[in-house]
Amino acid sequence: MLRKITMTINGEKRTLEVDDRESLLEVLRERFSLFSVKQGCSVGECGACAVLIDGLSINSCIYLAVWADGREIRTVEGFEQDGKLSVMQQAFVDEGAVQCGFCIPGFLISATELMEKKRSFSREEVRRALSGHLCRCTGYQKIVEATEKGLK
Amino acid sequence: MYDIGKYQEATTVEEALRYLHDDPGSRIIAGGTDILINVREGKDMGVHLVGIQRINPLRKIIVNREGTLSIGPLVTFTELEENELINKYVSYLGQAGGTMGGPQLRNIATIGGNICNGATSADSASMLFCLNARLHLRTKESERTIPIQDFYLGPGKVDLKSGEMLTEILIDRIDYQGFAGKYTKFSQRKALDIATIGCSLMLKIRKNIIEDLRLAYGVAAPTPVRCCNAEQYAVGKMVTLEVAKTIGMKALEDVSPRDSWRGSKAYREQLIQELAQRAVMELLDQGGKKDA
Ligand SMILES: Cc1cc2nc3c(=O)[nH]c(=O)nc-3n(C[C@H](O)[C@H](O)[C@H](O)COP(=O)(O)OP(=O)(O)OC[C@H]3O[C@@H](n4cnc5c(N)ncnc54)[C@H](O)[C@@H]3O)c2cc1C
Ligand code: FES
Ligand code: FES
Repeated sequence: MLRKITMTINGEKRTLEVDDRESLLEVLRERFSLFSVKQGCSVGECGACAVLIDGLSINSCIYLAVWADGREIRTVEGFEQDGKLSVMQQAFVDEGAVQCGFCIPGFLISATELMEKKRSFSREEVRRALSGHLCRCTGYQKIVEATEKGLK
Repeated sequence: MYDIGKYQEATTVEEALRYLHDDPGSRIIAGGTDILINVREGKDMGVHLVGIQRINPLRKIIVNREGTLSIGPLVTFTELEENELINKYVSYLGQAGGTMGGPQLRNIATIGGNICNGATSADSASMLFCLNARLHLRTKESERTIPIQDFYLGPGKVDLKSGEMLTEILIDRIDYQGFAGKYTKFSQRKALDIATIGCSLMLKIRKNIIEDLRLAYGVAAPTPVRCCNAEQYAVGKMVTLEVAKTIGMKALEDVSPRDSWRGSKAYREQLIQELAQRAVMELLDQGGKKDA
C-alpha cells in the first residue's frame, strides 16, 4: 500500500508516497539519488547502509521507509558545508583512512554520531562504536585513528 | 522491496491489539531486526505486520513505590544501556544488552523483540531469567502476567497467544536488591556475532558467605535455562575457588547443550563450567555486592 510520508532529508523537508514494503535504503537511493548510502548485505550485518535517523546511526536496509515519517534523516551528502568537508570527513582524508571507499560513508555516519555526543572517548569506546561496520580493505586501524582525530 | 502482505501501524496499545484481533494471522513488528531478516530470507513471506514503534508509552522504564522495575518492550538496547534506573538497580542487565549485535542494531532492536523472538541465544534473556522477570501480556480482551521461564516453550517458540502482545517486563525489588551481576557472552567475534554460550550470574554475598546465587545460560539448552542445582548447592557456602569450580560443575546437571557449527557439545560444556567459575570469582573481587 502507498502511504504519504514527510521526512527531513539533509535539512530539506520532503513529502512523498512510499510503498509500505520499501526499505529506507531503497527510497534514499532510488528516489533521492543519495548514493553514499550503500547496499552491502541487506541484512543488517555490514553497516554500509547506515544513516543518521534523529541523530542515531541505523542500518537503512532493515528500516521500513514508512518509519521515517516525521523523522530527520542525514546522509554523508549533507555533511559538507559551503564546499568544505566536515571535520570528520577531513580527518578520514588526512589520515588516509579510505581505500576502495565502499564502507566509508557508513563509518562516517557512526563516527559523526559519536562526534555529536560532544565528550571524549577511549580507544576501546571508539572501536566499539565502529564495530557495526565491516571493511574489507583497510584493516580498520586508520579508520579508528581518523575517527579519534575527528573527535578531537 | 520486502515481501510484506499487509502493514498497519498503531500509535496506541489499544489500536495495536485491535489490529491483531481483527487479523488473527498478523504479527507485531517492533525494531524489525529479526522479522525483516526472516522476510528477506524467504521465511514469513507475505506476512501481515502490525507496527508498534510509535507507541511511546511502551518505551518507558520506571520504578514504582514498591521498587518494582517496569521496562517497556520497546526500550532499545542503547536506551537500556544508558538508562539511569537500569544503571542504578540492574546495571548488569544493561551490560548484557550491550553485547547484542552492533551499535546500529542496538539503536533500534528492542528488548521485547529479543524476548518474543524466542531464541535461546537472545542476549537479554538469560539475565532476565536470573532476575525472575515477569511478562505482562495483553490481548484485546484479556491480560495476564507470567514468569519469563514459563514464556519460553522451545527453540523459537514462546507462549504468545493469537492477538497477544507483550506490554511490560517487570522485575521485583527482592530480585535485584543487594545483588551484583555479570553477563559473559562467549563468541568468536566481539561484535555482530551470536553467543556460543551466554552466561548470566547474580550473586549476593555477606561476609564472604553466599546468601543467594542465580545462574542462567543461553545456548546451553533449547531455551535459556536457570541452573537450580548449582544455585541450591551455592547458598550458604563460603566463596573459594573450589566452591566456584563446583558451581560450574553443578551447572552441567541443568543444561543440555548441543553440537552446532559454532561449537561442539563438549566445548560448550567446558564453557558452561568455566564461565560460571570465572564470573563467581570476578564478582567476589568486586565485593559481590552493589548497593541498590
Ligand atoms: C546482524 C544481526 C545481528 C544480531 N545479533 C544479535 C545478538 O548478538 N544477540 C541477540 O540476542 N540478537 C541478535 N540479533 C537478533 C535481533 O536483533 C534481536 O533479537 C532483537 O532484540 C529483536 O528485536 P526487534 O525489536 O528488532 O524485533 P522484531 O524483529 O520487531 O520482532 C521479533 C519478534 O518478536 C515479536 N515481537 C516484537 N515485539 C513484540 C511485543 N511487544 N509483543 C509481542 N511480540 C513482539 C515479533 O512479532 C517477532 O516475532 C541480531 C540481528 C541481526 C540482524
Ligand atoms: S546493507 Fe545494510 S547492513 Fe549491510
Ligand atoms: S575501504 Fe574498501 S571496504 Fe573499507
